[in-house]
Amino acid sequence: MLLAEEVQHFVRSPDWTWFILFYFFFAGISGGAYAIAALFRLRGEPSDEHAARLGHYVSFAALLPCPVMLVLDLGSPLRFWHMMWNTTPGEAGFNFKYWSPMSVGVWALLVFGAFATVSFIQALVRDGRIRLSLVRRPVKLLDGVLGELVVAIGAVFGLFVAGYTGVLLSVSNQPVWSDTWALGGLFLASGMTASAALLLLLLRHRRSAEPSAAKLIVSERLYALLELALIVIFLLTLIPADAVGTVFGFPWILLWLVVFAGLLPGVGGLLASRLAVTGEGVPVPLQSASAVRSLAMPALVLLGVLALRAAVIFSIQ
Amino acid sequence: MARITPGQAYGFFTDTSVCIGCKACEVACKEWNELPGNEPVFGDGYDNTGSLDAQNWRHVQFIDNVPDETSGTGQGKAWLMMSDVCKHCQHASCMEVCPTGAIIRTEFDSVFIQPDVCNGCRNCIAACPYDVIAQDEHKGVAQKCTLCYDRLQGDMEPACAKACPTESIQFGPVEELQRAARQRVSDLHDQGVTEARLYGEDDSIYGGLNAFFLLMDEPEAYKLPNEQNAVLPRRNNVPGYLGTLGTAVLAVLGGLIALRRRREPTPATSSGTTPPDPEAGDE
Repeated sequence: MLLAEEVQHFVRSPDWTWFILFYFFFAGISGGAYAIAALFRLRGEPSDEHAARLGHYVSFAALLPCPVMLVLDLGSPLRFWHMMWNTTPGEAGFNFKYWSPMSVGVWALLVFGAFATVSFIQALVRDGRIRLSLVRRPVKLLDGVLGELVVAIGAVFGLFVAGYTGVLLSVSNQPVWSDTWALGGLFLASGMTASAALLLLLLRHRRSAEPSAAKLIVSERLYALLELALIVIFLLTLIPADAVGTVFGFPWILLWLVVFAGLLPGVGGLLASRLAVTGEGVPVPLQSASAVRSLAMPALVLLGVLALRAAVIFSIQ
Repeated sequence: MARITPGQAYGFFTDTSVCIGCKACEVACKEWNELPGNEPVFGDGYDNTGSLDAQNWRHVQFIDNVPDETSGTGQGKAWLMMSDVCKHCQHASCMEVCPTGAIIRTEFDSVFIQPDVCNGCRNCIAACPYDVIAQDEHKGVAQKCTLCYDRLQGDMEPACAKACPTESIQFGPVEELQRAARQRVSDLHDQGVTEARLYGEDDSIYGGLNAFFLLMDEPEAYKLPNEQNAVLPRRNNVPGYLGTLGTAVLAVLGGLIALRRRREPTPATSSGTTPPDPEAGDE
């Protein structure tokens, strides 16, 4: 391992800014929400079905801006399809480089998009919002083992989409990004935290999913703990490269304060109540919970997750 | 020079010990490649180009290395001048990460960004350890030195090498250049210029640089990563993905724990929420 004074970076920053920040944010939520929905569907109770559908709605909605952000960030947006098809004369064919996370990510996003769309349509059908038999019949095929398989595979891709973005940053020669191996895990964990928080936020508008509220609250706490652990690991991995100050110094520390504020509801809840939903062990029905508890706290969590990505992306550019 | 033949590796040997900082290479490069001018940069030194970028494919670095006390003749030490350029690495970081296949190795063994294939994702910029590549804001694609690909195809040496008045920039088959460079550094050592050293002429830096240098100081003085730091982006693939996988496993386990805790209680209350698990808080 290189010692701090030996690490050298003479690179130029790629100028990946706002579009990429929001892509990372939405990709984390889309993949995370799908994974949570899959857990509800595969390992939950029948009453968790409504929360699973909500997860699939969120996953699909968060996925929609992703390709838009990616395309707009390109210097030549109309050539977005060059990511998939090599137009080099004499070398025409599909592009797939397993060693380039950007190349892998394009395909993963495409495949995940197919799963997210199928599950979204399935949720619409189950909610009775699509009555066309042309759609209902094929969706019915997903009621059994096939459906479980689809959700399970989709969740794997969802987890990948939520996390590979961190690996993409690391597979470079940039300071901070390439000095750590923790960014993939960090983005995945924070994506899970954000997804659980967003689902909690939206439960207010879907009363039928409320039986799953307690599980989401506990999930959010555990994901927040996981995120906190990965922030610590991220920081520790930067010490040998003497890069801690670059990403945690002023003014970025202000963003990290937002990140830690976003972890408070989850980690604080875990400290206060452990795995019980409240200190008294009684979950507060969402409709009677205070606005702070049901609205502001999840919003703070989401803001923290956005701030985390902003600190990582902007501190070196 | 003999004919330039496809299939053979060509490159530059840039000997910084004879660079006089005239910038003829920069001008010739801009003229041949029709690169627009840019706002001059005024810093402490004589460098008003700033850096290699989309419009500057040769950049003469002026590194102020004036000793505090005069110590005889400079021997190229007072100012370190170096005409920097794309290194055309054998193991090229830019080529490794490029998702579109726009960056190719040509029949002259140079690294070339195809302007009609590149879509401006800028992954190569994040990867290049030499700060060589930048995106052209009008064309929306990444640009850098092409080793004058078009001139080579027309059996002409690159414009910068043609223009260099001191032969600081030499062009030719890489093997010939390597021989000449080793002889040159040996001659300099014999003359007592012991600080002269070669950078990238063997495979210790990115498998060998087709555009390599004779330097008068440590590589890092010229903003060139040393052997230890000349590493490829892909080194972070396995640890990055393993970290993600480990997190994914923990995330799924966390989800399962959250689901398990709520399975034990009795049926839902009238409010629709699941009653608490009296044991839950004890774990």
